[in-house]
Amino acid sequence: MSPNVTLIVVSGVLVACGVALLLERTLTRVLVGVVLLGNGINILFLVASGRPGLAPILGKATAETMSDPLPQAMVLTAIVITLGMVAFVLALAYRSWQIDGHDEVQDDVEDRRIVRRAELDETSASYDDDTRETSEEEGTSP
Amino acid sequence: MTEWARVLLPLPVVLPLFAAGLTLALARRPRAQRTISVTALSVVVVAAVTMLVMTDHGSGTYSVDVGGWPAKLGIPLVADRLSTLMLVVSSVVTLAVLLYSLAQGVADGEEGTPVSIYHPTYLVLSAGVSNAFLSGDLFNLYVGFEILLAASYILLTLGGTKARVRAGTTYVVVSLLSSMVFLTAIALIYMATGTVNMAELSLRLRDVDPDVQLVLHLLLLVGFGIKAAVFPLSAWLPDSYPTAPAPVTAVFAGLLTKVGVYAIIRTETLLFPGGQASQLLLWVALATMVVGILGAVAQSDVKRLLSFTLVSHIGYMVFGVALGTAGGLSGAVFYVAHHITVQTTLFLVTGLIERYAGSTSLDALGSLAKRTPLLAVLFFVPAMNLAGIPPFSGFLGKLGLLQAGVDVGTWQAYVLVAGGVVTSLLTLYAIAKVWNRAFWQEPQTEPSGEVGGLATATRVGTRTPLGMVVPTAALVVVGVGITVIAGPLFGISDRAAQDLLDRTPYTSTVLHDRVPEVGE
Repeated sequence: MSPNVTLIVVSGVLVACGVALLLERTLTRVLVGVVLLGNGINILFLVASGRPGLAPILGKATAETMSDPLPQAMVLTAIVITLGMVAFVLALAYRSWQIDGHDEVQDDVEDRRIVRRAELDETSASYDDDTRETSEEEGTSP
Repeated sequence: MTEWARVLLPLPVVLPLFAAGLTLALARRPRAQRTISVTALSVVVVAAVTMLVMTDHGSGTYSVDVGGWPAKLGIPLVADRLSTLMLVVSSVVTLAVLLYSLAQGVADGEEGTPVSIYHPTYLVLSAGVSNAFLSGDLFNLYVGFEILLAASYILLTLGGTKARVRAGTTYVVVSLLSSMVFLTAIALIYMATGTVNMAELSLRLRDVDPDVQLVLHLLLLVGFGIKAAVFPLSAWLPDSYPTAPAPVTAVFAGLLTKVGVYAIIRTETLLFPGGQASQLLLWVALATMVVGILGAVAQSDVKRLLSFTLVSHIGYMVFGVALGTAGGLSGAVFYVAHHITVQTTLFLVTGLIERYAGSTSLDALGSLAKRTPLLAVLFFVPAMNLAGIPPFSGFLGKLGLLQAGVDVGTWQAYVLVAGGVVTSLLTLYAIAKVWNRAFWQEPQTEPSGEVGGLATATRVGTRTPLGMVVPTAALVVVGVGITVIAGPLFGISDRAAQDLLDRTPYTSTVLHDRVPEVGE
C-alpha cells in the first residue's frame, strides 16, 4: 500500500499552521490553532485507513472492496471531542474578554512578582541582607 | 467468576455517568443530588474493592468485551492487579473529597443557591478516571482522558473569577496540546500496526521497525508526560492548581497526574518493554525529583509549595518505571497508592487552614499549633508521611524504590538513588519550613502589600465545620493505615509488577487465548 501523499501534505500544513497559532498569546488565535491542529490529525487518521474503497456496509460491498471503517469511527469520536473542547475554549475566551477587555493569556502572578523583583534588583523575602545568607529559621532571629 | 466480572467491570465507568445524568436532571434539588452522588461513588468503592480481591485471589486479570464485540474489533475493559489497585485508591479518595466539598458547600451557605453543575461534573470526572484505568484500548484510553479533562476544565474554572480564568487558560491550552500529541500517536500507531488494542499491540509492535517504534514511544511519552507533570513538561501545574478551591485541587493533585503515571507504566511495560527510552526516563525522573523539590523549597505559599512537592514526587514513580525491574515497578505501584492518599490529604488540610486563617501564605500564617491543635495534628501526620519519616508508608515506598535502584547497580541507578535521598531530605526541609512558619512561630508583621496569598475561601474565621474535618481525618487514618497494611499491599504490588513484566496474563486474557468466550 502506498500512502496518499496529498492527504499527508494537507495534514502536515494544517498541523504546522495549528502549532504556529498555538504559540500566540491571544486565546482566540490559540482556539483557531486547536481547530486546525485537530483537523490535521483527523486527516492523519484518514491516511491511516489505507486505500479508499466502498462504504463499509454489509451487503453493499464485499470485504475486499470496503474501506477500513475503524479509523473513520475514531475520527468521528475525535471530531466530537474537539468540538466540545473548542466550545469550552470559546466560552473561556469570552469570559476572559468580559473580565479584562482582552483575551490574552496572562502571566502567572508569581512569575510577575519574580520579574518585578528582578527588575528592582530585590532579593527574596527570606534572604537576610546582614548575614548574606538565606535564613529560613526566622523563629531564631527576633 | 467471569459472570461477576461482566457486571462489575463496567460499573465504575457506567454508574457515575448514569448518576451524572440523574443529578443534572435533578439540578434544582441539591439534597437529592447529594444523595445520588454519594451513593454512586460508595457503590464504586465497593465494586473496586471486590474487583481487587477478585483479581488478586483469582487468575489476576479479567476482561470484558463491551457490547459483545470481540476484542480485536471492539473495546475491551480490562482489570488486572495494577488497574484495580489504582481504582480502589482513587475511588476512596474521590468519595472522601466529595464528602468534604459537600460539607464545605453547606457551611458556606450554598444551600439556597447551589452550583447545580458541580455534582454532574464531579461524577463525570470519576467516570473518566475509572475509564482510563480500565481501558484495554488506546483510543478508549484517549476518550477516558478527554472525559476527565473536560470535567477538570469545568471544575477548575467554576465560578469564572479572574484568577480561575487565568489559571484555567494555561491548564486548558496545555492539556489540549497533550491530547493532540496523544491523538497523533494513536493515528501513527494505527498506521504502523493496524490496531489500537493494547494487548494486540504488544504482540504486533515487535515487528515494527525500531526507529518507528522509537517515534511512537516518544510521542506517547510526551503526551502522558504532560499529563503526569514530568519535569520539562510540568511548568503548567504549579501555575494552575493553587487557584482552584481546596477540594478541587485535592482531587486533581491526587488523581489526574496519577492517571498520567498509570498510562506511562502501561506503555512502558505492555507496549514497549525494554524500550530505548528507558535511559531517557531515568534522567527525566532525576530532573523531576530534584527540580520539583527545589521549586518547593523556594515557595512561600503552602498551596504552591505542595504543588511543587507533587511534581517532585512524580519523579519517584517515573524512577521505578524507568528501572524496569520487578522491584522498581513494585515500588512505583506502591508509591502511587501511597502518594494519591497523602497528597490529597495535605491539600484538604490546607483547605481547612485557609478557611481557619484566611490565607495560605506563610508570611501571614503563624502559631497555628497553639490556636488549633487538631489542624496541626491533621497536617503533621500526612506531612511526615510525605517526607518519608521511618514508620510511615512514604518511607517504605521510598525504601523499596531505593533498594530496587541499588539492586540494578548501574552508575545511573546509583545517581538516581542519591537524587532520591536528597529529594527526600529536601521534602523534609520544605515541610519543616511550613511547620515552623505556619504552625510554630508567632505570625510576622506583613513586610509588604503582596502578602494576600492565593486565598479562595469564601468564609473566613468561622468555626471549622465537622463535615470537612471528618473526611480529612478519615483520609489521614487511611494514610496511616497504608503503613499498617504495607506488607499485604507490597504483596499486591509485587504480584502486579510480576504480571506487568510477564505480559502474557494481560494479552491472553484480553485476546481470549486461554479463557473461552462464555455464553456467546
